[in-house]
Amino acid sequence: MSVAKPLPHDAAALHVTGAARYVDDIPTPKGTLHIAFALSDVAHGRLNGLDLTAARAAQGVHGVWSGDDISPMPDCSPSVHDEPLLCTGEVQFLGMPLCMIVADSHLNARRAAALVRADITPAQAILSIEDAMAAKSWFDGGPRVYARGDPDPALKAAPHRLTGAIEMGAQEHFYLEGQAALALPQEGGDMVVHSSTQHPTEVQHKVAHALGVPMHAVRVEVRRMGGGFGGKESQANALAIACAIAAARTGRPCKMRYDRDDDFMVTGKRHDARVAYEVGFDDDGRLLGVRFTHFVRCGWAQDLSLPVADRAMLHADNAYFLPAVEITSYRLRTHTQSATAFRGFGGPQGMLGIERVIEHVAHHLARDPLAVRRVNFYDEAGGASPPGPPRDISEPKRNTTHYGQEVSDFCLGGLVADLEDRAGYGARREAVDAWNAREPILKRGLGLTPVKFGISFTLTHLNQAGALVHVYQDGSVHLNHGGTEMGQGLFQKVAQVAAHRFGVGLEAIKITATDTGKVPNTSATAASSGSDLNGMAVQVACDKIKAAIVDWLGDPQARFVDGMVIAKGEARPFAEVVNAAYQARVPLSATGFYKTPDIAWDRDKGQGRPFYYFAYGAALTEVVVDTLTGENRILRTDIVHDVGASLNPALDVGQIEGGFVQGAGWLTMEELVWDDAGRLRTHAPSTYKIPAASDRPAEFNVHLWDGANREDTVYRSKAVGEPPFMLGMSALMALSDAVAACGDRFPALDAPATPERLLAAIEAVRA
Amino acid sequence: MEKRESTCKKPKRPLSCGQFLPRSLRRIDSAQPEVINRVTRRAYNMEITFLLNGETTRVSVSDPTVTLLDWLREDRGLTGTKEGCNEGDCGACTVMVADPQGARALNACILFLPQIDGKAVTTVEGLAAPDGTPHPAQNALVTHHGSQCGFCTPGFAVSMATTHANGATDHDDQLAGNLCRCTGYVPILRAAKSIENAPVPPHIKPLFGSEISRGEADSRGAEPPYAHPETIDALAEWYAAHPKGTLIAGATDVGLWVTKQHRSLGPVAFLNRCADLQEISINDSEIRIGAGVTLRDLRPVMARYHPAFAEMIRRYGSEQVRGAATIGGNIANGSPIGDSPPALIALGATLHLRHENTRRSLPLEDFFIEYGKQDRAPGEFVEAVSIPRQPDTLHVYKLSKRFDQDISAVCGAFNLVIENGRVASARIAFGGMAGTPKRASQVEAALTGQPWTEATVDAAIDAFARDFDPLSDMRASAQYRLKSAQNMLRRIMAEHLGHRTNVLEVRP
Repeated sequence: MSVAKPLPHDAAALHVTGAARYVDDIPTPKGTLHIAFALSDVAHGRLNGLDLTAARAAQGVHGVWSGDDISPMPDCSPSVHDEPLLCTGEVQFLGMPLCMIVADSHLNARRAAALVRADITPAQAILSIEDAMAAKSWFDGGPRVYARGDPDPALKAAPHRLTGAIEMGAQEHFYLEGQAALALPQEGGDMVVHSSTQHPTEVQHKVAHALGVPMHAVRVEVRRMGGGFGGKESQANALAIACAIAAARTGRPCKMRYDRDDDFMVTGKRHDARVAYEVGFDDDGRLLGVRFTHFVRCGWAQDLSLPVADRAMLHADNAYFLPAVEITSYRLRTHTQSATAFRGFGGPQGMLGIERVIEHVAHHLARDPLAVRRVNFYDEAGGASPPGPPRDISEPKRNTTHYGQEVSDFCLGGLVADLEDRAGYGARREAVDAWNAREPILKRGLGLTPVKFGISFTLTHLNQAGALVHVYQDGSVHLNHGGTEMGQGLFQKVAQVAAHRFGVGLEAIKITATDTGKVPNTSATAASSGSDLNGMAVQVACDKIKAAIVDWLGDPQARFVDGMVIAKGEARPFAEVVNAAYQARVPLSATGFYKTPDIAWDRDKGQGRPFYYFAYGAALTEVVVDTLTGENRILRTDIVHDVGASLNPALDVGQIEGGFVQGAGWLTMEELVWDDAGRLRTHAPSTYKIPAASDRPAEFNVHLWDGANREDTVYRSKAVGEPPFMLGMSALMALSDAVAACGDRFPALDAPATPERLLAAIEAVRA
Repeated sequence: MEKRESTCKKPKRPLSCGQFLPRSLRRIDSAQPEVINRVTRRAYNMEITFLLNGETTRVSVSDPTVTLLDWLREDRGLTGTKEGCNEGDCGACTVMVADPQGARALNACILFLPQIDGKAVTTVEGLAAPDGTPHPAQNALVTHHGSQCGFCTPGFAVSMATTHANGATDHDDQLAGNLCRCTGYVPILRAAKSIENAPVPPHIKPLFGSEISRGEADSRGAEPPYAHPETIDALAEWYAAHPKGTLIAGATDVGLWVTKQHRSLGPVAFLNRCADLQEISINDSEIRIGAGVTLRDLRPVMARYHPAFAEMIRRYGSEQVRGAATIGGNIANGSPIGDSPPALIALGATLHLRHENTRRSLPLEDFFIEYGKQDRAPGEFVEAVSIPRQPDTLHVYKLSKRFDQDISAVCGAFNLVIENGRVASARIAFGGMAGTPKRASQVEAALTGQPWTEATVDAAIDAFARDFDPLSDMRASAQYRLKSAQNMLRRIMAEHLGHRTNVLEVRP
């Protein structure tokens, strides 16, 4: 039995010895050239020309190519062809690549790039939400509106009504391995590309387009990434394209990796956003009508901003039934880096809006926010009544989202009760209140937030996957699928599925690099879907091979267990059976294909079933805040999270722990600061601070919720990549709770809640 | 030296062709691609010798500013050591460097080759025993699921092995300089804890105290030329002869001039062999700290005499930075946000400068004239800083977005002597509040001689705005800087009144 085991990451032994190869570690052939971009130092303007004299004369430089030298200019966009590789006239953001240097070493390329002088006539730059709204600078033809009913009558009739807004900052992915690509020219104009990308097919497609060749002439290989988090879903395109066109021109291998500062200056980040709200509610805090306006800063190009902003709207309810709601979403075009996918893909921004509303309502009613959360939960699945006062059975069901999808698997009533119990919420609430009554300087706070996250790509056609499985005559298995490994342990989970299907040990399974030549037309490894899609595709492929063997064995009851094949009452080793099957000319190789069933989504109407199922979780976080400086610590976090029937509990717990810390980082210390010229001032780890070791919760308890997926997913498991990220909201709410202990006003705490913002909020509630 | 970041607007330093002096790499005709990406070997280059994963290694150094990381990855093909940030902030390039003084974890990305001359370097590839048996740290990282994407993992493994070899158990501090974006650190810390009692593998042990014969002291024909003086006298002589040269102690700041700004350093001198520059001497009247003393070595001394200073040093950079950065470097580069000057000024430190054989001393605060300008003549260097012996009355508060390895938004040091309920003397200095580390003279005046009461504190608060007009930048706004500086004084009073004021001391 291979599934459900807490096995280590498949490459763990390679990681710890330094033997695991990333793109920059691949030995390069003699004569490999290296590329660097020269970047704009103006946010918006007209590029009149470039002085490349010094760069061309610099040591080791092989070529310098600007927009004048490359025609047609390749496009890097994953969506609407609005991202030229190099500036072709209009400078769109500070950090935009203006030209590319090809040199004999990475250092020489970078040094020469610094010698490029650009003649740019600056123009007014649109940087802020206010700038963009004033200029009506937006994508998608204007605001998108999704609604259920008309919230106005509900708002007017509500016993209580509040308005407010929360700002949430952007977030840099800070994958430890920066973006990198290596292009190796082949005979006949073909190209092999090693790319640190979550989306090999996209890179293949964009490189083929740039080279003017069919996709069959380009093969993209990805063994692993040093982290992705969404930042390598589309942002890898530019490097791969630059390498490929340079390789095609020079006939030599070309490699490119961004220096960390360039990575910050060029690539997109999580969308920062403002969520404004108007809410009407009753005396129990039950929400009657909600109106949201999302202002999402998308940057200069569209990239994936539309589906990101859509997902924010789809998660505007989080775990709560909103009887009447209208969400208006502005996707603002600004002269900054083009914001992109990042773990949660808009979900966090949408959810944080409603979680703020809940906190605001609870503060207004002087109730425990947890009680307000509870009365607004969707109906618990399976008729189990959540804790709390019984409801009138004549009431209509509260189990449909604002986009019309039935929530049939809701388990947060029970899950949150379990969390409360495990973490001792009641007693700790009292202890925190007692502390705060006693201590004048340090205040504690508690935050308990739930997550309900929809699983599936909202672009329905992406919910497909392929696999290729070979069984060799010695019984060893070669495994390939369309998913990419970025640290999440996908390869190990899928290998566990394959081993389980064949009843063999993991040592029999060879995990191989993702390769567009083996499995075509893959989707990005994104939307938490990697195991769901690829695990199923591999299962299908394995079962085809098994079926062929079973058919040849002539025993429909044949079983594959413990390295043996049991057929007709006889148990023989798998390898022996396979070898005999080979001799008997049984096919031992198969492709597998899977598409997610039962999903349908009309984006324009905002109606349908975009998600196959939901993943759930909840976190309770306790913090302490210094009211003199805003310095703070997370003292303890308890999590109960639903991963269905886990394929690998160790890997799942790792995703939950890591997701929480990354989410808490987004909302507390990670602050991206642009100045008024549009220059990102935090462009390296010296100025942009992700959590360090001591920032993890001093006490951290993670428990997997016991329950199989109701839907027929691979071994009834659930997706785990993104949902735990949003458990980090509990840290922000705990900080807000601590601030609330300082005065009577509602702490309208924005994120990231840096010491500075906390001190300002403390002073505001005291005012 | 702490990385220099001004609180003023500082655009990326442009490089013109004229500033870009040729380095040892020569332009190679593209018809000869086989020699690219290699430092050109020349007969007269300096040769350095060190142990690399147990093997004696001799390298002819033609460019003294080639980093160990680039050399390992590009010349040696040892790609286990990773480049994460190229500025000493992420720890993915951590290597273990041992000498007779012991083992340190250092960032290879800002370590120049001459700095490892005569030392033993262990990379992730050298952690396992010669027979392939993994190091306990490696096993523990696997069994505790401490790696996900694996890119930071080699650095963690080396940091953990160094911690383990030194018998240290303050894992949060030891690992503060290693960033991980995947795991949330929990399994890594479990792994680190699990090996505390495991024996140090025999192949790691002999690396301590190993004396490796060094190469020639001075370079001949290297570009830029460089020196490796063995004594302060030799350094003084060299610097007087090369007043436009660059002194490299820990390279935690100068390293970035090279890796990020592509600056040419001109003639360079490496200070790490000047043993007499690295001495701390303590007598009845003063603590004299040689300019070459690392923050790592200063910390235990300060823990004895001024624990608040030591606690600030605990958060100064990271283990990797503290092991390289020197007190002299932190002072000499004149950064307004260097963390040691405020504490030293509050303690009444005297700076000792030397030019050839001429020495002079001045109060440390007088060294900092304005942003980017110090009272230092060409060819003159910081030889030592001394602190008068005194009862400990020092408070130091370092404010930053992250507790560990973050540059201060504000660093405040308060040396308040309270006698008979009155403020007998007050020396207060701040970093991050002006273009230089600066004393809060008005605040000092408002406190001195007054009764030590909340009323006195209240009355002194306004004086901060007379002392300081701080800037807004990406670390903090001017308002926050001023307000939090004021509140530091309130915090001292709150502590005096017996209130809890330190979030780091609160347990779940």
